[in-house]
Amino acid sequence: MNLDWSQIVPYIPFMLEGIWVTLQFVIVSIVIGFIIGTVLALFKIGSIKPLRLFADFYTSMFRGTPLILQLMIIYLAVPQLTGYDISAFLSAILAFGLNSSAYVSEIIRAGISAVDKGQTEAAMALGVPYRQMMIDIILPQALKNILPALMNEFITLTKESAIVSTIGYLDLMRRGQVVGANLYRNFEPLLFVGLIYWGLVMVLSLLGKWVEGRLSKGD
Amino acid sequence: MINVEHLYKSFGKNEVLKDISIDIKQGEVVSVIGPSGSGKSTFLRCINLLETPTEGKISVAGVDLTDKKTNVTKAREKIGMVFQHFHLFPHLTVLENLTYAPLKVKRISKAEAEEKALALLERVGLSDKQDAYPSSLSGGQKQRVAIARALAMEPDLMLFDEPTSALDPEMVKEVLDVMKDLAESGMTMLVVTHEMGFAREVADRVIFLDQGLLIEEGEPHAFFNNPKSERAKDFLDKIL
Repeated sequence: MNLDWSQIVPYIPFMLEGIWVTLQFVIVSIVIGFIIGTVLALFKIGSIKPLRLFADFYTSMFRGTPLILQLMIIYLAVPQLTGYDISAFLSAILAFGLNSSAYVSEIIRAGISAVDKGQTEAAMALGVPYRQMMIDIILPQALKNILPALMNEFITLTKESAIVSTIGYLDLMRRGQVVGANLYRNFEPLLFVGLIYWGLVMVLSLLGKWVEGRLSKGD
Repeated sequence: MINVEHLYKSFGKNEVLKDISIDIKQGEVVSVIGPSGSGKSTFLRCINLLETPTEGKISVAGVDLTDKKTNVTKAREKIGMVFQHFHLFPHLTVLENLTYAPLKVKRISKAEAEEKALALLERVGLSDKQDAYPSSLSGGQKQRVAIARALAMEPDLMLFDEPTSALDPEMVKEVLDVMKDLAESGMTMLVVTHEMGFAREVADRVIFLDQGLLIEEGEPHAFFNNPKSERAKDFLDKIL
């Protein structure tokens, strides 16, 4: 065993900073993914055919190609085609947000379909307009059904976020690699950031359980 | 109050309602009975356009619902409906179930909505349940809340789709009592039911459907004691 943890001690603040860097774009990506995903889900269950087709096509594209490819295309192709020098941060939130929205839209669509059709009928019979019914009656119930799947998607996103290290964005993963290269010792820094990822995911899981508990007050 | 002319409804090739015409006056209580699959629930659901008629005309309180220019959502505010399986909103308390539509659709003030809701809960005997969630109520209590929820919109008429069919036998009476009370208060009611007792005692008129056709209608006493059609006779023989 050739392990020397004391070597990475000076680099610990540098690596810990990566938590915030990673969290920053993961949170923004989750929010973007959730908003666009909800809209796409509404397109999918709606009655307007072009929107339905668009949403289905969008989902198949983002689910059918590798995430790392989508990230590269946004980061490298945008400057080539438009001359706009896109930042690593913007590329990351676009790639992860757009990609995640495809998965989230499927989760939400399934959640909405799982809400008892009688709820829609009861709201309609009371004269509640469609939009209001969706916001107040259907989505809150759908959200409860889909929370575990949604949490799973957020966890996946948090872990997959390490892919941005490939475009030079100084996230948690990248910082682990940088420290490894500086020290010529890779195992300790990689293990260290691995533990941090695991901790982040644990916190997310607990958060999900807590929200789930709060939402089930009506049961 | 309700005017139905030559109503047809098909699901694909399956013709569920064939040429139904009927007039229902204000304050009238009409029971719709018939064997399962006779189209009685579909008929009821056409009245507030939960099912879109294939052909024919339906007017409620002078509003032609089958006219494409009619705002159906708006018209539904005046048509209360009670379902077999209650369909209370599970994430809202009993009180919120009652105040939701008046607040969001009629846009009355919260104080007014709650005052009316509490009066309705008292009327259906559930004043103590205002803060409970639907999942903690018995079937009979749920259905009484559902009736109160529909009444909170102050409808011109009430539709009941087999309101006691999903209840345990000992809870049927409490729901029927509420419906009786409502009938006596002069509400126009259209009730799809298997409760022949209710049809006999409370209804002003009984209509009998079979295989999508309106076979017979009449005053309950005459209908139950002396049905004119063979099919109605057969049906009554089986169930009474």
